[in-house]
Amino acid sequence: MNRRVAIIGAGISGVSIAYHLAKEGMKDIIVFDKGYFASGATGRCGAGVRQQWGTETNCILAKRSMEFFEKADEILEYDDTVELKQEGYLILATTEEEVEDFQKNVVLQNSLGIPSRVLTKEEALEIVPHLNPDAFISATFCPTDGHLNPFKMTEAYYKAGQRMGVDFHFFEEVLSLTVSDNKVTEVITDKGTYTVDVVINAAGGYSKEIGDLAGINIPVYSENHEILVTEPVEQLQGPMVMSFSKNIYCQQVPHGSFLMGRTTPNQPKGHDISSSWQFLDAMSQTVCEIMPLIGKLSLVRQWGGSYNISPDHQPIISRAEELTNFYMACGFSGHGFMLAPMTGEIMADLIFNRPSSVIDLSELSIERFKGKTEFDIEKSVV
Amino acid sequence: MDKTKIMMCRCEDVTLADLHQKIDEGYHTFEDLKRLLRIGMGPCQANTCGHLIQRELASYLKKPVTETRPHKSRPVIQGISLEAIAKEAKK
Repeated sequence: MNRRVAIIGAGISGVSIAYHLAKEGMKDIIVFDKGYFASGATGRCGAGVRQQWGTETNCILAKRSMEFFEKADEILEYDDTVELKQEGYLILATTEEEVEDFQKNVVLQNSLGIPSRVLTKEEALEIVPHLNPDAFISATFCPTDGHLNPFKMTEAYYKAGQRMGVDFHFFEEVLSLTVSDNKVTEVITDKGTYTVDVVINAAGGYSKEIGDLAGINIPVYSENHEILVTEPVEQLQGPMVMSFSKNIYCQQVPHGSFLMGRTTPNQPKGHDISSSWQFLDAMSQTVCEIMPLIGKLSLVRQWGGSYNISPDHQPIISRAEELTNFYMACGFSGHGFMLAPMTGEIMADLIFNRPSSVIDLSELSIERFKGKTEFDIEKSVV
Repeated sequence: MDKTKIMMCRCEDVTLADLHQKIDEGYHTFEDLKRLLRIGMGPCQANTCGHLIQRELASYLKKPVTETRPHKSRPVIQGISLEAIAKEAKK
């Protein structure tokens, strides 16, 4: 098929989409990124991959994505490894409401084939002995959740795409889009003008601004989420430990460091991704309460990155109704990395205008928000 | 000169051979090399390797060093335990 496709954003979503389209025979694919490799949200994320979600849509996308990650090195013929470590996510329930919600989540997850289960406090302590037993009531655990290296996973897609002829343009910023007759006809960057047949907005934190360039109002906003990393130490924690109510996620990566993050309340909307002492204070206190042993470690670095948040905290993978050739994959609300394999697959379904084998496409359509003010929100988010 | 025996980042054991291989693959800034090689991610936070690698990047790519960007500095300036911060934060 000789249509020229422009993908805006070379983060995990953009490279996955490029790979899937190239694999299906599209020959003329250009990916633009205004920065360096993995400079946006992908390269700043917490490196966790989980299937324990509270909505059916997220469960399906996450499970199918995990099945891909398990074989990613072979499928993508990667000359390195994506460092998948499946030692589980242990999600702590700290309130009676969470205990009830999590039981329902596990029933939903099991019905979709996700091997999660409810654990008593004692069972949770067997898996992570350094948990403070007074800090939680019970937990849920899915042994096939875990860790994946965001840089390596992105590079695996990127190199596979390059081998199939995808043309990547880093340090090239999209400045405007020419729209005529309900179509985007040109992409204009700081380096040139490109005639295009299809445009895909995978710009992560900047996807709203890219939508604006095409005259499409995408109901998403960006928010700074901070994170820190400690010195590397010997292996002492298998799973990611997470609590929505205590506002923490914390895992030991294969390299030995502990990565941890939390949401800063009342964060202003925008593109600030700086580091704050307020985060550091709150993060340190939270981790010391839940896992005092981890408090003994020294932190070496902190940074921030954008969550691109949609009204129901679930992704938008969709064509814009008003334009015939403008597509978007955004609003992942902090979870675009772990859902990326399905992002690419579903985008290919949309572009080739066929039903998806993954999910009913209307579930991810931007149209689902129109005329609505209340949404079925995914609550399992830090 | 055996490039596999020249250490460029001593915190993360990255050699000159590792660095040249990644530059040859097309990664030409400290920031993308950092993400794939872990240069500058160890305890020294690029305070030792940062300028060394910046100079090597310039020389290998045959550019003036002024055209290669220095690494991004991030907090904290030096390692400190999380419990020490938590204790002060409670005051």
